[in-house]
Order: sequence, then C-alpha cells, then structure tokens
Amino acid sequence: MMIGIFIIGAFIISSCLFLNRNTIVNYSLVSIFVVLLLGLGFYEFRHINISELVFFKPDSLGLLLLLALCIVSVPVLFHGYRYIEKHNADETPQSRGLFFAAIVLLISACGIAYLSNHIAVTWIFVEITTLSASALIYHHRNIRALEGVWKYVFICAISITFIYIGILFLSLALKQAGVDDMSFDSIRQNYNKLNLFWLKLSFLFIFTGFTAKLGLVPMYTAGIDAKDKAPAPAGALLASVLMNVGFISIYRMYAIMAHTPLRDWANMIIIIAALLSVFVASVYMTRIKNIKRMFAYSGIEHMGLVMLGLAAGGVGVYAAILHVVLHTLIKPSLFLQYNQIYWVYQSKSMYDVGSYFKYNKAGAIVVLFGFISASAMPPSGLFVSEFLIFQSLFEAHYILILLSVLLLLTMIIWGFGSNIFKLLFTPPTSIDESRIPRISPWESLPQYVLLALAVYLAYNPHEMFVTLLQDAVKLIQ
Amino acid sequence: MTDILLMVLVMSLLYMSIANRLSTYLRILVLQGFILFGATYLTLTNVNTVNLLLIMLETIVFKAIAVPWFVNYVIKRNNITREAEPYLPYFVSLIIVTLIIVSAFILSSYIIDKNIDKTYFVVALSTLFTGLYLIVSRKKIITHVMGYLVIENGVFVLSLAVGNEMPMLVNLGIMLDIFASVLILGIFFNKIGDVLKDPDVNLLRNLKD
Repeated sequence: MMIGIFIIGAFIISSCLFLNRNTIVNYSLVSIFVVLLLGLGFYEFRHINISELVFFKPDSLGLLLLLALCIVSVPVLFHGYRYIEKHNADETPQSRGLFFAAIVLLISACGIAYLSNHIAVTWIFVEITTLSASALIYHHRNIRALEGVWKYVFICAISITFIYIGILFLSLALKQAGVDDMSFDSIRQNYNKLNLFWLKLSFLFIFTGFTAKLGLVPMYTAGIDAKDKAPAPAGALLASVLMNVGFISIYRMYAIMAHTPLRDWANMIIIIAALLSVFVASVYMTRIKNIKRMFAYSGIEHMGLVMLGLAAGGVGVYAAILHVVLHTLIKPSLFLQYNQIYWVYQSKSMYDVGSYFKYNKAGAIVVLFGFISASAMPPSGLFVSEFLIFQSLFEAHYILILLSVLLLLTMIIWGFGSNIFKLLFTPPTSIDESRIPRISPWESLPQYVLLALAVYLAYNPHEMFVTLLQDAVKLIQ
Repeated sequence: MTDILLMVLVMSLLYMSIANRLSTYLRILVLQGFILFGATYLTLTNVNTVNLLLIMLETIVFKAIAVPWFVNYVIKRNNITREAEPYLPYFVSLIIVTLIIVSAFILSSYIIDKNIDKTYFVVALSTLFTGLYLIVSRKKIITHVMGYLVIENGVFVLSLAVGNEMPMLVNLGIMLDIFASVLILGIFFNKIGDVLKDPDVNLLRNLKD
C-alpha cells in the first residue's frame, strides 16, 4: 500500500515541481518528497519480504539499496539547491522546476525499481529513469549537453530494447515450463523446468541491456558522457543509485541462472564483461584530464570488481553487495565535492587546477578522503569488500584473472592518484586569486558524513546490516 | 499467409541495405508498418478484440503513418541531404545483411522447442541485427534513428511469437515503441535541428577522452 502512495505522491510532487514557479513552494515540495521517501524507507524496513500491490516485494537486497538511496538523496537535494543558487545567472524558475522534477522522478523510479519483483515492472521503471536522467543531462541547454543527452538516450533506447528482447526470450523459456507468472520469485522456484536454450539467450540480452545502467562493457559509454554533462548533484545520482538499478536487475537475473546448469556459462560472460570494464577504466584513468569523467571511470572500475565478486561466488557475493552499498555512499561525496572545485577554478580540466588545499581546506580534505575511499586503501570501507572479492577470486582458482585485475588496479590508483595530488598540491599555472570565492566549510559536511558512514559500515557493521546482507546472498546460494 | 508477409519483411531488409535515398528508407519503413499490421491480424487470434484493435492501431497509425511522417518532416525542416552516406559500399552492405539472415537461419536450427514457430525467430533476429548494422554503417543521425525503428520492428515480430499466450508482453512492446520513439524523435531530434543546422554525427563527436 505504501508503495502505491509513494508512486502517486512522487508523481504528483514531480508534476507540481514542473509547473510551479514559486521558490517557497519549490522548497516545500522537495521537503515533502524527502519526508515521503524516508517514510517509504522506514515502512519497507518494518515490512520486509511482504508483497505489495502484486508486483512489489521489499526483499533484503532491495531494502539495502533503498536505504542507501534514502541516505544519499538528502545531500544530493541539498547540493541541488546550492548548485541552482550559485548558478543563478542562467537559472530561471522554469529550469529549476524541471531540474527538481526530474531529480524527484529519477530518485522515485530508482527506489521503485529496487522493490519490484517482476521483470516487466522493473523494465518500465528503468525506462522512467532514462527519461528523467535525460532531462537532467540536458540541463545546460548547450551543444555539448545535447551531444551527451543524444548519446545517452540513443544507447539507453537500444539497451531497453535488448532488455525487452530478453524478457520475450524469458517468456519463451517459461512457456515450456507451463509457468505464466513472470515474477522473479516464481521463475526462481521453477528453475528446473525452464528451457535452457531460451534462458541462455534471455540472460545474454538482459545482461547486455542492463550494462548501460550498471556501467560495464559493452554499453558503459553513454553513462560516462551523461555523468560528465549532467550537473554534479545529478551526476552523483547517476553514478550511484542509478548504477544500483542495473546491479539489482542483473543480480536477480543471475540468481535464476545460479540455480541452473548454466551457472558456469553465466559466470564466464560476467567475468569477460567485468575484466574488460576494469581494463577500459585503467586505460582511461591513466590518461584522463577531465575530473568528472575521471570519477565516472572510477565507477566503471568498481562495478567491474563487483561483477567479478559475483561470478567468483562464495564470500565474493557478500563482498559484491557490500561493495555496491559502500560505493553508493562514497561516489556521490566525490561528485558533490566537484561543484566546489569548479567554483574555485571555473574549469574541470586537470591542466587548470592545483593547490586546492590553499583555496578550500575543508573541500580538499573531502577530495583526499574521497580518493582514499574510492581507491580502496585502508581505512576505506571499500578496502574490506575489495579484499573479500580478491579472496573469493583466489578461492575460486581464478588466479590469472586475479593477477591481471591487481595489475590493472595498480595502474588505476596511479592514474587517479597523480591527478588528485596534482589537484591538491601542485600550484596551478595561472589563476586569478582575487576571484576565488570563499566556500563555507559547512558545505562539505554532508560529504564527510557519507564518507564516515562508509567506513563505519565496513568496520563496525550493525547486526541488522549484516543480516540483510546475508539474506540478500541467500538468493544465489 | 503470415509466412509470406514475414518473408517480404526480410526482403525489404535486403532492399534497405542497398537503398541510397532517405526517402526510400522511409517508404520501406511504411511498408514494414503495413506488413506488421497484417501479421498482427493473422497471428494474434486468441487475443481479445479490444486489445487486438489497440495493437493494430499502433502498427498502422504509429509505425506506418505517424513516425515516417515525422521523420520526413524532420528531414525537410533541417534540409538534410537525401543521400544515406554509408561508410561501406552498398554491395558489401548487401553481403553483410545476407550473412545476417543466413546466420539467423543457422541459429534457429539449434532450437528444440515445439511451442514456437521458428519463422518469427528468424525474421525477428535478422531484422534486429540489420537494424544494428544500419546504425553502425551509416553516417547521418537520421539514419541511426531509422535503424532504431527497424530494430523496433524486429522486436515487434518477436513479441508476436508469444503474443497469444502473453498479450501483456505485446502491450509492453508497444509501450517501448511509443516511449523510445517519442523520446528520441519528438524531443531531441527537434532540438538537434535547432542547435545544429547540419545534423551530421561529425558535429556530435567532441565528448571523448
């Protein structure tokens, strides 16, 4: 019932935001949405594993990602306001309304997609995320933004077509089993009756389709341009919660495959895509000069690692889910920090930045901590999950894969690190110091909270958190 | 009869691979819309009348009339030159599309499933991959859009194969058609026409590393 209220409420709020021109009303609508979202998170937490409205069921994994979404949404909306205020010259009440309407729609669609227990329903909400994300990417209304949005929409259109084809093949696989309920639970229960040929084709298409959202080879490209061109608060959502939509969908599909004899075949597909993703990330991270794209490629690397953990099995599945949750907290903090960097240097090119510690201390510490967290050095939370992923690869005897991933990761850390340290410590070539705005340290507070939360969850996890993670793993094992 | 229609659809793909003018592509798209209209009527015999009418309305109004008309409008409005400008010679395109169709046949021979008519599978896969091929082998953005429309037609044929048992999936496919086409064509192509006077992909090539 709550999901129904949430969907209707979010839709009404989004349309009101779109139509409204008044600042106060805009503030209050967004606040109401935050309350509604937190309410949904709290309600589903209390009603775990109870089906709602036939198609939805908040299982442990969906709930974990929903709670992460709730946590990330608050700072993203806060920074959304700061972004619109700072960017005031170009903003009209109309563009502001569209921006927040699209953000509200994106957050709600992601949240509902996590909770959906039916592949077709997930697919519908994935379409809605494409729609709302494209409105966000085109926020600046210039030719670069147009290019970004055009590529994003086109590749996402092809990817949702692929997913649709996958669903059709899945229905053929079910037809032979005599099952006509396409919910994930029902498919998983009837796994031994499915036609394996159709299931194989179906997995291939659905996996390829969702790589556009998850950010893996072959369809990762659109996401990079999107995160680069979208305003940073929206980029933070695209780089975290939207990627999770891809993850949860692939995870649920893989959970079906894992029970059939096709598991090894599926693992092979996943490992190929994951290794290529880490490879692509390492190639670009070592030579990239655009800060935002660098953060985006770091996301590709992490999703590659997550998929490796999933394919390795054992403790790797647990680590993969932990990695996804922690990544959801860490990556937005980097993206949200990006705006302050841009206000200082008026550029996102590596050639124009430097000595960030001198101009914005609080922000520079976030960048440094964010780098340590994203590159999974201790005390980063990702260190724990990455270590477990490597352990699972070792236990599954994927030694060669493990070695190549470690080598690629070293290159990534080198590339990432040399750029970040240039930003923090090397003096910039030319900068007019009188024009640098003073940035209040309070603006970096949400980023500190997110980064600290990631460390806390990894090293001192609450019993409840561990139980949810273990429950989510049970879908596969 | 359905088989004849589907074979004509495949033949139209071969013609599309060697077509030079954009208007020819449009005419083929219109033809494919009508073929799908006929195929829907002949295939979906177990679907209730209202739903069947809805599906047929979509094929004829959307696929055969509205979208081609709109693409034509975009071409006229933006003064797009009428050649398709492929990267490869037409002869090579013809060979590649033929190979696509042959491999779809070969793949279908691996299917051991009495529930499905393999013709739909072969036609759908060939249409799908020909659409993808058209996208990568033609230079203009407008031909990319047309390639996408071809992919959609292929997907529609596939959805017909399961349509009698699961009409919901056909409706989802219609949603995909309308959603993606409106999003791609309606909003952005208009914008591309406004911002770029020459809708050539070469102008949209600056986002890279």
